[in-house]
Parts: sequence; structure tokens; C-alpha cells
Amino acid sequence: MNMKRQKIIRLTLSYLVILAMTIVIVYPLLWVIGSSLNPGQSLSGSKMIPDHATFAHYKELFDTSKSDYLLWYWNSLKISTLTMIFSVILVSLTAYSFSRYRFIGRKNGLMTFLILQMIPNFAALIAIYVLGLLTKLIDTHLGLILVYVGGFIPMNTWLMKGYLDTIPKELDESARIDGAGHLRIFLQIIMPLAKPIIAVIALFAFTGPFADFILASVLLRSKEKYTLAVGLYDLVAKQFGSEFTTFAAGSVLIAVPIAILFLSFQKYFVSGLTAGGTKG
Amino acid sequence: MESTIYQSSHRKIALGLSVVPGLGQLYNRQYVKGTFFLILAASFYIVFGDLLNMGLWGLVTLGEIVPRDHSIFLLVEGILAVIVLLFGLGFYAFNLCDAYKNGQKRDLGLKVSSLREQYHTLVDSGFPYLMISPGFILLVFVVVFPIIFVVLLAFTNYDLYHTPPARLVDWVGLQNFIDLVKLDLWRKTFINVLAWTIVWTFGATTLQIALGIFLAIIVNQKDLKGKAMIRTIFILPWAVPAFVTILVFSGMFNESFGVINKTILAALGLPAIDWMTDPFWTKVALILIQTWLGFPFIFAMTTGVLQAIPDELYEAATVDGATAWQKFTKITLPLVLYAVAPILITQYTFNFNNFNIIYLFNGGGPAVSGQNAGATDILISWIYRLTMTSAQYSKAAAVTLLLSLVVVSVALWQFRRTKSFKEEDMM
Repeated sequence: MNMKRQKIIRLTLSYLVILAMTIVIVYPLLWVIGSSLNPGQSLSGSKMIPDHATFAHYKELFDTSKSDYLLWYWNSLKISTLTMIFSVILVSLTAYSFSRYRFIGRKNGLMTFLILQMIPNFAALIAIYVLGLLTKLIDTHLGLILVYVGGFIPMNTWLMKGYLDTIPKELDESARIDGAGHLRIFLQIIMPLAKPIIAVIALFAFTGPFADFILASVLLRSKEKYTLAVGLYDLVAKQFGSEFTTFAAGSVLIAVPIAILFLSFQKYFVSGLTAGGTKG
Repeated sequence: MESTIYQSSHRKIALGLSVVPGLGQLYNRQYVKGTFFLILAASFYIVFGDLLNMGLWGLVTLGEIVPRDHSIFLLVEGILAVIVLLFGLGFYAFNLCDAYKNGQKRDLGLKVSSLREQYHTLVDSGFPYLMISPGFILLVFVVVFPIIFVVLLAFTNYDLYHTPPARLVDWVGLQNFIDLVKLDLWRKTFINVLAWTIVWTFGATTLQIALGIFLAIIVNQKDLKGKAMIRTIFILPWAVPAFVTILVFSGMFNESFGVINKTILAALGLPAIDWMTDPFWTKVALILIQTWLGFPFIFAMTTGVLQAIPDELYEAATVDGATAWQKFTKITLPLVLYAVAPILITQYTFNFNNFNIIYLFNGGGPAVSGQNAGATDILISWIYRLTMTSAQYSKAAAVTLLLSLVVVSVALWQFRRTKSFKEEDMM
């Protein structure tokens, strides 16, 4: 009997903790959704469950004559997608060479990557700004993408190299004996096996630029070039509170697709991370 | 090797001729390669000659006449010149080495490789370099270059009063670092910012780790129902982009209309709190928000580890008469900590540089008198403030340099301890 009572107490306590955490997690999220449906612009009179729910703020965001929101959304998607593509290509190339070839400078290269991945690349934002001015790449998406891709290389090369190291070398050797060339082994044998880690790196490279604020706010000057993070901050910081409901609608439109994307990839994500991460 | 008697001295002649790249190769009768080297060297000189000359001069002097010389552009050109020069020297060394080796082959009476063989060795041994070079070149320009620039900037007096093209920037040695220590305003700010950075890093990170592990263990209990749903809910804060949530939270914590003061605290019968204007409460809010944002990651990792622990371990422990608490401290916790440890360190370095939350929540504020950083500014957001709002570029660079030294030394120390670092094959 005593055992059973203990079990009931333990489970009840557990459920209570879980319930409390669920409220803490869900409340802010529901609150944004509620705010976005409130009529009027200011927050002071708003309620979590509005009396007269309205989609007016969403409509306003989709009206290109009134807001740049769609433009920002497009910019963010474009920058994130291109960063993802270039990062995956470059990281695969470097990680594969570091994992499979023994060449002069390999050790030093790996060491350099290790040190570089520890310094966040926005630490040198003055330099990036000046360099952007000098090369006329400031206020262009190309400049931003280049900075993102370059910044992703060191860390993700290590991550991917850790994963590639676990793929047995015998595979490439037997392929070589069968007459496969360098490129063929890379593209047709190793890359298909590396799909999980490629998915992880692609997701990293996509969400990184999407969530970045600091580099985008330094490099992008004109409003129509903003990414979502910079644009949304601009929307909210200019007159805090006076456009909060519109901001809330904008937040919901970002959070929902990203969250769905994330949750569907999440399993892949954790297993890929632990596999590569513990090795590196 | 010493006793090898050479029949001829082709190697020395080839080496000597290679002072001009290509001539040594031509002498070794590798005509295509020789011509290629000659053309490459000539074009290198023609294309970069001016840059090298101008850049190196600019790097030393940082300009002499206003407004002809723009110090910062000269600095950039100088660094570019050094990078180009290094690439050139690498090629030059390769050229000398190649001429000598092939000369030696001829001395030993061996055949020098034909064009076809050269091509094959080039493809074979050059393949990894070929694969690395696109990433490497990009890395040099967008990561390494800015770092060098910042390091150099830390030793100049580039600020609002020394802004090209109206003024020149000069080398000032260690003056920026001395100012950080000696001038009252800077010392006070630096110490306050550093202290809060450390409290922030350890407070927020430790809290999110503890909460993540705690919840993972609770949810992982065998007889708990609805695991999949609970896990999905607990992952939500990670799934929503952080910048969105931080901005939402800054609305919720707002003093005049925020829901926390207006609804929650009022419902509990508590007085309103100055979340945005009182430094202490801003810090509390920041740590709470970061815990909210950060625990799902640890939660997911720990859950992965917990599910991998074999049941036999617990069964054996039960047979041996271990209590639940003993099972937890002797089996679960050590296994979890061991597996998650490398990820934990990256969490600390992440929060050390967590610019987004500091800046987006309250802009590093509230302002504090007697220092040029806000009360919640951490090092990285202070650097941003110095650069973007007060144009104290050289001071910002000096702080960046200090920050990077801290981060790199901590991380190197940690990596030295991990086993994978020592394995020959890993490196």
C-alpha cells in the first residue's frame, strides 16, 4: 500500500510541475495570438481573449502599400535559403577533405577552424561594416549572405567532419579499387550517407540568418532591404505600444511556420547533433 | 643521405634560377609548367604591385596628408596587401621547392615527370586543396580579415574625433588598454559590464541547464502518461524564433501596459515592478526570459540521452536493492552529465555573447549615470553601443580583443580536456 501511495504522490507532483511549466510556456504564446486579434493599435485596452476579434492587423500586413512586411518576409526567406545552399555546399567540401584526406596544412587548418568558431563573427562588426563600405557590399543582400556563409564554415565543418569520421573508410577504399574517381566517391558514396548531418547543417544555416539581428542591422540600411528581425524590431521600437497589435500579428506569422518546420525536423535534429557533437 | 654523390648539380642551378619563378622549371625541361609559373608570377606582380606598395606604406604610416589619405581605407588595403603577399610567398616557396626537387631527380638520374604525370599528381594531391579553397578564401575575407582588422584597430586612436577623411588616424600603441584601466569612466564601466557579463553567463546558463535536465527526468518517468504531447509543448520555446519571443516579452514586461504588471501581479495582489527602469529587476527579467528560451534545448538533449540508457542498468540496481534516489545519483545523473557536458560548454559561450536578448529586450538599459554602458549591457552589446552609437571604434576594438582572448582561452582549455582532441585521427 505504501508503495502505491508513494507512486501516486510522485506522479501527482510530476503532473503539477508539468502543468505549471506548460502554463509558463503557453501563456506568452497565446497572449501574442490574442493581442494580434485585438482591434485597435495600442495594447493598454487589449485582452487575451478579445471581445471583437479581428484579422485587420493581418490584412494590414499583407497590404503592400501600408507595410513592408511581405517584402521583409521575402528578403528573409531569400537570404536564409541562399545562405543554406551555399553553406551546405562549402561545408560539405571542407568537411569531406578534412575527414578523408591527409594533406599538408590539415592539422593547422583544423586548429584554425577550431579557434575561429569560438569567436562570434559579429564581434568584428566594425570591420565588417568598414569592409562593406569599401567593397560597396553594404546594404546589399549579397554582402550579408557572404558574411553569414563565411561565419558558418568553421563550426559546421567541425560538426560535419565529426559525422563523416564515423562513416567507415573501407567504403571509399573499395570504391577506389573499383575505379571510382575522387568526385564520384564524394558525390555518390559519402554524401548520400551523410544526409542526417546535412539536414542538421541546412537547418542551422537556414534558421541562423532568419534569427540574426545584429549583422543584419549593421549591414542593411534601407527599409525595403530589411530582414524580418530588423523590420520587426523597427516596427516595435519606433513607437513602442502604439503599433503593438500589428507587431503581434507579424510575430504570429513568423512563429507559426517556423515552429511547424522545426517540430517536424526536430527528431532528425537532436540525433544528428548528438552524433556529430560528441565526437567533435 | 649525406653520402649521396650527385653526378651533376642541376638541383642547385634550378633552385638558383627559380629566384625568378618558372625559370627553374624551364631549366628542368618542364616547359608547360615553367611557362605557367612565369606568367603567374608576372601577372601577380602586375596586378598586385601597386596594392603591395601602397598597402604596406599605408599600414605603417596610416596616411600623411589630409584629405588625400584615408587612414581606414589605407589600413584595409594594408591588411589586404599582407594577405596577398602571404599567398604570393606561399607560391614562391612552392616554386623554389619544386625546382629543387626536380633538379635533384635529374641529379640522381631519374626522369622528370611528364606533363601527363604532373597533371595526375596535381589532381591527386591537389584535390583536397581544390575542395577547401572556395570555403577557405571566403573565410579569409569575411572572418579572418575582420579579426585582423579589429586587432589592429585596437592599437589606433580611431574615434569620433579622428574620423577620416577629415582627420588622420594614428597608431597609439597600448593607449586604449591603458585608458580602460586608468580613466575612471572607462574603468568603472568596464568592471561593471564585465561583472554583469559573468553573473549573466553563469546565472542564466546554469538555470536553463538545471531546469532542462530536471524536466527531462520528470517527463521520462515510465509511468507518466502523455509523454509525446508534453515533450512537444516543452520544445515550443525553442521552435519559435528567439527574436520574436524576446520582443513579445519586452511587451509583456512593459511597465505601463505590460500584462505582467497589469494582470498577473495585480491578480496576485502584488505591487507593480519597474521591470524596465530598475537595473536589478531588468536583470531578473532577463535571466528568467533566457531560462524560458534556453531550457528546451537542454531538455531535448537530455531526453535523447535518457532514452539511450539501457533498462538493464536499473533492473540490476533494483536487484541489488538500490533506492530510487541512489539509482538517480549513481546511474542517471552521471550518464546524463557525461553525455551532455560538451554541449553545456557551448551554452555558456553562447550566453556570454548573447547579444539578441540584451539588445532586443531593453537595449542594454536602463541608463546608469557615471558610465557609458547601460545597466544590463554585456561585453558584446557594449561593443555594439560603442561602435554604432558613440563611434568609439578603437575602444570597441580593444574590448573586442579582450573578449576574444577570454572566449578563446576558455574554449581551448575545455577542448584540451576532451578526449577527441587528443586522438590522432581526429586531428
